[in-house]
Amino acid sequence: MTFLKPGEAPSGELCKRYSIVKDKRPVNLDIVGSMHLPVTAWISITHRITGVILFAAVAVLLWALDTSLAGPESFDTLRETLGSPVFKLVMWAVLAVLIYHGIAGVKHLIMDFGIGESMEGGVLGARIVIALSLLCSVVAGVWLW
Amino acid sequence: MVTAITSMGRSGLHDWLMQRVSAVIILAYVLYVGGVVASGVDYASWKALYSQTWMRIFSLLALLSFGAHAWVGLWSVFTDYLTERMLGAVGDKLRFLAQALSAVIMFTYIVWGIQILWGL
Ligand code: HEM
Ligand code: HEM
Repeated sequence: MTFLKPGEAPSGELCKRYSIVKDKRPVNLDIVGSMHLPVTAWISITHRITGVILFAAVAVLLWALDTSLAGPESFDTLRETLGSPVFKLVMWAVLAVLIYHGIAGVKHLIMDFGIGESMEGGVLGARIVIALSLLCSVVAGVWLW
Repeated sequence: MVTAITSMGRSGLHDWLMQRVSAVIILAYVLYVGGVVASGVDYASWKALYSQTWMRIFSLLALLSFGAHAWVGLWSVFTDYLTERMLGAVGDKLRFLAQALSAVIMFTYIVWGIQILWGL
């Protein structure tokens, strides 16, 4: 990516890419530097990020299922493994990501039905998602430890 | 322009519905299994649960739903960021690579899951 300095005129590749015709046209592409997103946007992007993480996390879940069903000794070994602080932390992280993605997903589905689509509704929904995710994650953590 | 040949059902509406139906199935499965685990299991009861045909079907359904859900989801992500517009000429190649890789991983997950469920 090429970024323009303030006041610099676009030229070359950038002109082509954005079809900029006037040489002296003021351009400010410094979006990243001054980024302030509303809470609804944060909910959306974290839903996306947790979705991608979950795709990898399914490996952990399948491994746990595999180990738990392989036999009584294997089941007990899994219990012990999940008892160690590191694995507990991994499991809790997976759970928290799943909880967040799930609750934000439910909010998404509710909004698909046309409920809470106003800006105030969106902000309220986003706050509920954060509160419920924290609650469920904490309860899951307490249960794990 | 990003073409739709690597999407799930080759139509946006089809994909949209697919992602929502699969989301509900995965959620039902997660909540059910989560409830079972939270209420306490030993090996015998856990094994007995997964020996039942309906549980295997439910699990396979959840697994296939996960496959469809994640395929549509990752497609949205890849076609948003790994594009010519964002990254220049290399974008299209990266996107193809990412989709090929996720397809292989997804296929592995599903075969692995079937093996676990039916203990081949
Ligand atoms: C959408 C509405 C939801 C509400 C109102 C809600 C509410 C609650 C409450 C009140 C608890 C505490 C229960 C207790 O103290 O025993 C809890 C725990 C929990 N929730 Fe949620 N929840 C919601 C959605 C979800 C979703 C979508 C998931 C997962 C994808 C989830 C996963 C969990 C987990 C794992 C726990 C901990 C249970 C345990 O380990 O004992 N929740 N939730
Ligand atoms: C292990 C399971 C899951 C994986 C790997 C996964 C992955 C993903 C991914 C990668 C996306 C795309 C994100 C985006 O386009 O911004 C997505 C979207 C979505 N997920 Fe999941 N997800 C899982 C479980 C769930 C669950 C349990 C729900 C519960 C309702 C859910 C609801 C949704 C919804 C509604 C969308 C659509 C969001 C949109 O259109 O922007 N997902 N998921």
